[in-house]
Amino acid sequence: MSSSQDKPVLIVDGKRLDGRMPGDIRPAKIEANVLKNAAGSAYIEWGNNKILAAVYGPSEALPKHTSNPERAVIKCRYQMAPFSSLEEHGRSGPNRRSIEISKVIKEVFENVIITENFPGSEINIFIEVLQGDGGTRAAGVTAAAVAVATSGIPMTDLPYGVSIGKIGDLIVIDLNKIEDNYSDADVPIVISPRTGKILLLQMDGDMTREEINKGMEMAAKAGEAITKLQVDALKKQYIEISKKYKNEAPSFTPPAQK
Amino acid sequence: MKTTITGEYIKEMLGKDIREDARKLLEYRDIVLKLGTIPNAEGSAEANIGNTKVLAGVKLGVGEPMPDKPNEGNLMTSAELLPLASEQFDIGPPSPEAIELARVTDRGIRAANVVDLSKLFIEKDKVWNVFIDIYVLNYDGNLFDASTLAAQAALSSCRMPKYENEVVIREGGLGKLQLNNMVTSCTFGTIVNKILLDPSGNESLFIDSRLTIANDEKNIRAMQKGLGGVGFLPKEVDMMMDITLERSKDLRNIIKKSIGE
Repeated sequence: MSSSQDKPVLIVDGKRLDGRMPGDIRPAKIEANVLKNAAGSAYIEWGNNKILAAVYGPSEALPKHTSNPERAVIKCRYQMAPFSSLEEHGRSGPNRRSIEISKVIKEVFENVIITENFPGSEINIFIEVLQGDGGTRAAGVTAAAVAVATSGIPMTDLPYGVSIGKIGDLIVIDLNKIEDNYSDADVPIVISPRTGKILLLQMDGDMTREEINKGMEMAAKAGEAITKLQVDALKKQYIEISKKYKNEAPSFTPPAQK
Repeated sequence: MKTTITGEYIKEMLGKDIREDARKLLEYRDIVLKLGTIPNAEGSAEANIGNTKVLAGVKLGVGEPMPDKPNEGNLMTSAELLPLASEQFDIGPPSPEAIELARVTDRGIRAANVVDLSKLFIEKDKVWNVFIDIYVLNYDGNLFDASTLAAQAALSSCRMPKYENEVVIREGGLGKLQLNNMVTSCTFGTIVNKILLDPSGNESLFIDSRLTIANDEKNIRAMQKGLGGVGFLPKEVDMMMDITLERSKDLRNIIKKSIGE
């Protein structure tokens, strides 16, 4: 949020600076299973955002006092790389913003992961923002959901995130960094598409009740496309494997003998 | 994970000069270098050595010079062993391993005089700070070589921002960061008296001693021996320097090819 004097023009002829209509999301692509070591991982490019998400576990919850004998505990860390922004070099390590975001993302996954299946264990979700351009937490959740699904940890749903906001009188979806900086309101939302329930909702700025309702409608509508991206990413890894083995039986090449 | 069975397997195979991934003892895994993966950063590169994946980002900022070098810019390298890279890495303040990685990478770049620090002077009490951040994304051994490769490639493709009227201009019609030199490194490990180049993650669990040698086209620029173990004989070090000078040609070619030279 910034004072209105130095505010750039963000809407020209009903279109946004990057040519999008108010209800358009930026082009996005998701790739599942990008990190070999993780139980599950995903890489998302959403507009200029570039985010990696990885899941480790379930493993024994440590330190011991954090464990719950009835269900798995979810641990989450969201972090922005020091080189992720176009501005000054950032500071590495947690700050108040990233700690809060980590907490709300953790709560999203506590909601969808069937934690009762893994008593006494922990599931770690890591979200690293390599390049940020507005809406990183929404994109991060979208990627992390794919990562969890890839890991095989059971979930009740595949949640997705998107932000809505207000520029002047216009309600827009998926704000980029410039829009975010000069918008009148910014509302990141995470939705569980199967139930339509909202799992994360934050807001700052100035919007009326009607405007928020309109924004939530837009977020639900955009969800179809985002969910398709997630599902396609999950399917694609198996399609590639099946293609690879279609014409050749899996073979083992023994190491060369002397 | 460090298990007896993996260790016995690796050692037994090494007895026949075979490595777990069928490589020769002094052979690198496949190296893939991607430049400019983070356009927001002034310079960036992702280095893949086998399954090891390291991202380096370079940012420049205006700061004060060191009191003892008032006419020179500063170079700062830091490294993060992200917990998403491996089960072996935890959340928390930088571990000694992360600090060692940052310092060894920094030493190679500094010793080879890669960045021309004297060209980073702006005006009295104002110089450019060059921040190199090493981000380990997937760990499968040999972080030193991957980090040096990523950092060098990121520097080689780094934009040089402008400083005009007390404002930093980071976009549009910028030149390149001036470099003097190019550095690469080769890392060796020993397991039961066999010397291995580019140890993998599993091999790294059972290494007795480790040696990283950073060099430019002509000379050795920095070295770091790691871990306890049995150490190295002078002739072994000499052998490793010989291999480093030879193998580094390939590494330099990979960087040169990716920056289009």
